[in-house]
Formats: sequence, structure tokens, C-alpha cells
Amino acid sequence: MELESLTVRTAIDGLRKRQFSSVELTRAVLDAITARDGVIGAYLWVDEADALKQAASADAARAGGADALLLGVPLAIKDILNVEGQPCTCASKILAGYRAPYDATVIARLREAGAVFAGRTNLDEFAMGSTTENSAIQLTRNPAALDRVPGGSSGGSAAAVAGGMALAALGTDTGGSIRQPASFCGCVGLKPSYGRVSRYGLVAFASSLDQIGPMTQTVEDAALLLGVMAGRDPHDATTLDRAVPNYAAALGGDLKGLRLGLPKEYFVAGLDPEVAQRVQEAVESCRRCGAEIVEVSLPHTEYAVATYYILASAEASANLARFDGVRYGHRSAVAAGTPLEMYLNTRAEGFGREVKRRIILGTYVLSSGYYDAYYTHAQRVRTLIRRDFESAFMQCDALLTPVSPDPAYLIGATAEDPLKAYLIDIFTVTANLAGICGLSVPCGTTPAGLPVGLQVLAPAFDEGTLLRIGHVYEQVREVRS
Amino acid sequence: MKQTYRVSIGLEIHVQLKTRTKLFCGCATSFGVPPNTCVCPVCLGYPGAMPVMNREAVRLTLVSGLMLGCSINTYSTFDRKSYFYPDMPKNYQITQYDKPLCLDGIIDIPMTDGGRKPIRLIRIHLEEDVAKSMHESSWSGVDFNRAGTPLMEIVTHPDLTSADEAAAFLTALRHILLYIGVSACNLEEGNMRCDVNVSLRPPGQDALGTKVELKNMNTISGAHDALQYEIARQSEVLDAGGRIVQETRRWDVDSGVTIHMRSKEDAHDYRYFAEPDLLPIVTPPDQIDALRRSLPELPAVRRERLARQYGIPDYDASVLAADRALADFFEAVAQRCGTGKTASNWIMTDVLRLVAAHETPVTACALTPEALVELIGMVEARTINALTAKELLEEAFLSGGSPTEQVRARGLAQVSDSGALDGWVDAVVQANPKSVADWKAGKQAAAGFLIGQVMKLSKGKADPKVVGRLVGERLAQQNG
Repeated sequence: MELESLTVRTAIDGLRKRQFSSVELTRAVLDAITARDGVIGAYLWVDEADALKQAASADAARAGGADALLLGVPLAIKDILNVEGQPCTCASKILAGYRAPYDATVIARLREAGAVFAGRTNLDEFAMGSTTENSAIQLTRNPAALDRVPGGSSGGSAAAVAGGMALAALGTDTGGSIRQPASFCGCVGLKPSYGRVSRYGLVAFASSLDQIGPMTQTVEDAALLLGVMAGRDPHDATTLDRAVPNYAAALGGDLKGLRLGLPKEYFVAGLDPEVAQRVQEAVESCRRCGAEIVEVSLPHTEYAVATYYILASAEASANLARFDGVRYGHRSAVAAGTPLEMYLNTRAEGFGREVKRRIILGTYVLSSGYYDAYYTHAQRVRTLIRRDFESAFMQCDALLTPVSPDPAYLIGATAEDPLKAYLIDIFTVTANLAGICGLSVPCGTTPAGLPVGLQVLAPAFDEGTLLRIGHVYEQVREVRS
Repeated sequence: MKQTYRVSIGLEIHVQLKTRTKLFCGCATSFGVPPNTCVCPVCLGYPGAMPVMNREAVRLTLVSGLMLGCSINTYSTFDRKSYFYPDMPKNYQITQYDKPLCLDGIIDIPMTDGGRKPIRLIRIHLEEDVAKSMHESSWSGVDFNRAGTPLMEIVTHPDLTSADEAAAFLTALRHILLYIGVSACNLEEGNMRCDVNVSLRPPGQDALGTKVELKNMNTISGAHDALQYEIARQSEVLDAGGRIVQETRRWDVDSGVTIHMRSKEDAHDYRYFAEPDLLPIVTPPDQIDALRRSLPELPAVRRERLARQYGIPDYDASVLAADRALADFFEAVAQRCGTGKTASNWIMTDVLRLVAAHETPVTACALTPEALVELIGMVEARTINALTAKELLEEAFLSGGSPTEQVRARGLAQVSDSGALDGWVDAVVQANPKSVADWKAGKQAAAGFLIGQVMKLSKGKADPKVVGRLVGERLAQQNG
């Protein structure tokens, strides 16, 4: 078995045809991790014995006649999703020692479909960051260029998939954290619409923005995984009761009859010329596949980053309040006279700089006297951004944009200027603010060999269109640099 | 200079709702179980856990609001209130800030002059309870069983003007909530808790004085005593030319005084914002109407209706109406046996005597309205006598079953056929010549003795009225 040549789709076929067992497949993944991850640093935790045990029981189930879709397929999971019995550190010291007592809903659904949970991948602490450099645990390198970051916050998942150490992975996306690392590393990343996939069991960063999505080698794999993950969950009141189409079966055809919009605010000065060129080439490919290309406008784009950082930080300041050392995770060993002192010591020791920065920012914007100027105002702008997309989608079926203004950064390049680091998210945060779905598909590399991603954005709950466009483009893509 | 101040009191009452499960998870709302046994990732605030709304808690709050004359917010939302404390699993409480479920509303309290005074409510909202901290000498622990229990908070305008009125309000509120069954309302067990705001101002001043908040009163009389103390304390401060500072004070029940807890400057900035994990509660007008139609009558309204509809005395009506289950029982019996007065007599005397004797409320006893109707019917038809009826009632109260069946199975029907009784009467008259002589000599009581002997001979089954008539006839014959 050549792991390099396998996707989720071909692994499913191989397992069904008994070309290899889940134990063999999982063993191959574990071997790849052993061989390469010392350099890449994608995984935070791998329990070989446990992974092989899961694989063995999948093989036994298959021998007993079971044939669930993902039976025996090993997956990598971002270390912010609860998998019962496994650690879930969120790449933070504050969750040291914590073991998840329950499965996130997406994990339960994938488990039901037979998946094997092989290991947990690195991220920016609590998903706060765009380079995975904010991990309190380790550095992850971009498999395409070892001196560069993998993007973030789902950098470990992207590096594992692009580095041939996972068939597919789960990531989470609050402001681009699936799409941007997919683009930096050269894999596919899907952020579903808000309410499409249950967030139950995802350690919340910004509850009104977070979504869980697949990170894969192909668009078809993303469609397969989304089909298993999506749907109403009684444990998450914000999931919608909408039918889940068979996304994978609906793939194919061409782009005839589709109007694709280019938002002019996304093709501006500051966009790396190599990135701009790769995206333009992708647009031309789509045109050749039958799509009509139109220019549209999303006039409030320039306010998106500020709006995002106010709202996401506000929600984070409450979401992260529970990490206090009382019930689980790290508790400061410094003797404390009062609960308040214990909190202060524990949180001072347990959280990293970026997490503290955002908690302080979020606390500030929610404080009495500042609330209206920041939080209320940002909510209004969020509505305007949502309306921007609503009117754009009256003129076209989907949008094509770059994922990130730049290809992967050198390690350390953005560390000294947080504000500049925030601006990296300019093209991705809008989809989270609007609740729509977004896909990142590789569209070639720069002359230096750095991957570039094409972003496809579609209206809420129109993942079908998103995947169809991504899949058609993927088939005709001429990889150049 | 001593003077009389105008007192303004507002109350904030937290009422634990009687739901099977907690507000945001499936854990049981049970009490008195070992610490941290009714808990799950949601109510422990574990990473990744999310709240899901308990619809029954929403319904109970809406029902309470409608019973208290509130208007219902058709669009109501939940918010996060942030503060750090070990008894707060998430270090924010999910509560309602600017769009509570219920607005306005009124509770009438009885006044000493016999009139009633309306006290206005500002709002009623739904929120989650916190856990319980336990402090030992060298350590502290937290029991999360209570965390996430649904609490309904009722906030009044500062319409109350004395400790007596505040106590009357709490009593009236408790009666209503107990009657509609939304809460056990047990202050001692902490399922009804109250905070008090009190301010004083000189007569003639329109603006309210500086308010002081009182906490930690866990009985109605505690609230009363704390208020009385605090009003006296503030009067003294004002009399001496001092100023009241805005603060929170704790009632210390042992020493009977209020003690400074924290000043306004220490007040938290709770940083409320909309809870993104929960959807708004939308209650369209037709749903509100349907809820309104399903409401039980308030005790006062039912008292009047029972007296009018069933022709029973006001006293009976008020006793029955005070207990919803008892009133339901009465109505079921009265409607089946056709006479309210008889039903009321039986319930007021015999049934309530059993309720008291066995310390078993009518909801928990085995007696059904049907059984009581049967008993009443058999007594009216003189199938059984009163003594047998009382015995059967107690049996039905304790063990259930049909009295008619019992009478048939055990041959308890009273004998009123004079043919069957004649033999017993003859035998008794013949066996007691002295009593017959006494009667002839004018001792009326002798007839009673003879009747008693006949009853004894019949083993209690004889109809005493018929026996009385037959004994009278036989004696009259003797006389002739």
C-alpha cells in the first residue's frame, strides 16, 4: 500500500475491496508520522496502541459484515475537539492533564461511521492566531517549506494532510483557521455555513463564528466527510434542521449556468502579485469550464477585520473564563489566600500572550462605558457585512477570491506585530461574520514553491455549489508556478 | 430630630422551578443526593459543552407571568453575566438582561384594614442557579448538583412601605406559586430566596432615598426582621443628620443585625452580552393565548366560584380553594354526587380528619373521588350506616378500592327490612323486661338501650332508624 497515493475516497475503496486492512492503513499513517513529524511537528499527541486497537476493531467489524462509510479510515483531529478518553489541550498549558470525558458531536458521528482517531494536531493556542506559532506546546513547520509557518490556527491539521501524515483531518474555522492553513500548505479546507455542523464538543473560541470542517487532499474527500458531520444536533441549539444532501454523489459536470463573482475589494493593492496571478489563472479555468464571471462589490470589507476582532474577542473573554483551575486542567501551585488569587495565578501561568491579549481586548470592549462604542457598533457592522453578501449573491451564485493576501510567512515574521498579523485574515473573516460557507482549493504555487489557495464562497447552506465549483476546478487545474 | 420617614422596599425573589431536569442539560434536579452526582459536562462547564434550553422551564415561567398579570415578551433573549466565583462553572451565568420573558404584572397583598394593595412587578426572567460552596476549616469544596437548576427571578417596583407589607407580599407570592405548582417554594431549602432593596426619605420628598441592598434572609420572618432592623438603623442615621451610603448588607440571623458586605464601588461590571449558544425564545400571540386558556384559577377567584356554584358556605369554599388538589377533589365529588353541600361536609370533616391523622395530602392518599361518591350514595340510600361508612372511608383512604365492592364482599349492607329486624327486636324486648318496665315507668333512655342491644345483635348492620321505629312500636304495643 502506498499511503502517498491514497485519499479518503481511495482508502474507502481499498478497505472495501480488502486490498488492505485498517490496521495496515493506520500502521502506514503512524509510520509516516514517525518518519516525518519530528521535523514538521504537526501532531501534539499520538497513541499508537490506541489507534491500532481502534483499527483492529474496525477490521473485526468489517469481517462481521459491517460496512459504514468510513469504517477503518484514520483521521487526524485538531486538538480543540473533545474525543472521549483523549487529551484536548487546545495547545495551551492551562488544559494540561485534561482528558475529554465525552465525544464532540462530530466525533460521535465520525465514530458511528467507523473512523479511527489516530492523533491530535497542533494549533494556535485556543485557535487564536494565523500561523500556529501561538501554540504553547510546539512549532509546526510548513511541509512545502520548512522555514515557513503552516498557517493557522489549524496549522497542525493542514501540515499533517499536506505532509502525507494523514489522509484527512478536522480543523476549526473562526476567522479563516481552516481555509488559510489549507492554502498555505496546499490542501483543501472547507468551512461549513454557521449551523451546518454541530459545535458541541468544540472548545469554544467565538461561539457565533466557530465552525468545524474537513481538511483534505481532494474536494471529493471534503464532500464525503461533510456528509457525515453535517446536520441538526439536539446538543447544539444553533444547528439548523435542514436536510443533508449527498454532497459527494452530487459532484461532477461543469460550471455551465453558474455566475461567479469577483469582489473588487478582494483584488487590491497589498495582494501579493504571485498570489493574484495564481487566483486569476484559476478564475480563467472556471470561465473555461462554462462559468460566467462578473465583478461584484462587498463595500464594507475594510471594516471586517476590526469588527471580527471586537466580536470574537468579546465572546472569547467569556468562553475562556471557565479555565480557572477549579475543576480541571492546570492549577497554580503558588499558595493563594483567596479564590481570586488562585484564578490570577492559574490564568497568568496557564494562558499565553496572544490569548491574554484577546481576553483583555474582549473584556475591554464589553465593559460598561465602552460597550456601545465597540460591541454594539461591531454588531451593526456585522449586519452590514452580511447584507453585502446577500446583495452580492443576488448577482452571482458564488464568489472567487484569494484565501490570503500572501503565501506562507517565514517563521517569526509576524510575531512582533500583532496588528499586522490580524490583517492576514482580511479575506477570510467575512465568511464567518456573514455565516456563509467557504472553501479553499489549491491553485498552484509561487515560483518559490509556496502553495496558493483559491477561495470559493457560497451562500449559507449552499455547500453543494461550493463543492461542485471546487471539484470542477480541481479536475481542470493546471498546476503551475 | 426624630421623624417618620417614608419607606420604599423593592424585592428580588429567586424561585427554583419544579422541573425534572436542569435548565440546560438532562441532569436531574434532585436534592439531598451525594455531592457532584447529578452533573455532566454542560452543568460542570467543561470545555466544548453547550447549553440547550429546557422548554418546560420556559413554560413554567410564562405560566407564572400570566398568573401574575404580566405581559409576555414575544421575543425574549438570554445573556451572559460574567463574574468569577468558584460556584460558577463557566464563570458566567446564563440569564436574561434586557429582553426577559415577562414584563410588568401585579400581586395584591392584604392590608390590615381588610383592603388590598397592588404591588407592581417590573419583570420576571429565567436563569441558571449556581453551585453550592462548602467551607470546612482547612478546605473548601463545591457541589455542582445545584448548578444549572432553573431559577425564575421576580423583581418588584419599590412599592412596599413596611416590613409587614414585604412579608405579606412574600406570603402572597408563595401561595400563588405553590397553587400553580411551579415551585416547591420552600425558603428553608433555598428554593425560594429573596434580596431586598430598602430606602428611606423624608415626607414631602419625591425622589427615592439612597438604597441599601440586604441579602441572606432565608425565611419570610427573616426578611421581615431584617427589614425592620434596617429601617430602624437608617432612621437613626438620618435622625442623627447622617447620610445613607449605597451598599450591600448581610442579615445576620443570630445577632439580629445587618452587616456591611460591600460598597457600590466594589460592584461588578457584569459585561452582559447576548448568549450566542441559545436561540431567542419566540412566543407568538396565539401561543400566549393558548397558555392563558390553560391557566388554573387563582385561589381568590375559585373561592368565590365554589361558594356560588355549589352553594357551600364561604368558610368551606376558602378552605377548599386554598389547596388546588383539594378543590379539584371536591369538584370531582360534588359534580358526581350532585350536591355540593354533602360533598363539602364529607371532605371538610371526614376526609380532612384523615389527611391530618395520617399526614397524607389528598394527592397522595388512595381515596378517589369515585370512591367517596359511592360512599355518599350508599349512606344516602341507607345501604350502610354512618359508622360503617367512616370505617370504609378510612380503608379507601389508606388502601384504595371500591367501597361498593367492600360492602358486597363483606356483607356490610345494613338491614332495614323490618321482617328481618322483627326477630331481633322481639328477642331483645323479651330478654330485657327490666328495661321495658323502666320505659313504662317513663324512662325514655331505656328505649335507647334496647335499640343499642338490637344493633349489637345485628353486628352493626341494622339500620338504626328502622330499629328505632320498630322498638318504639313494640313498646307501644306492650303499653297497650
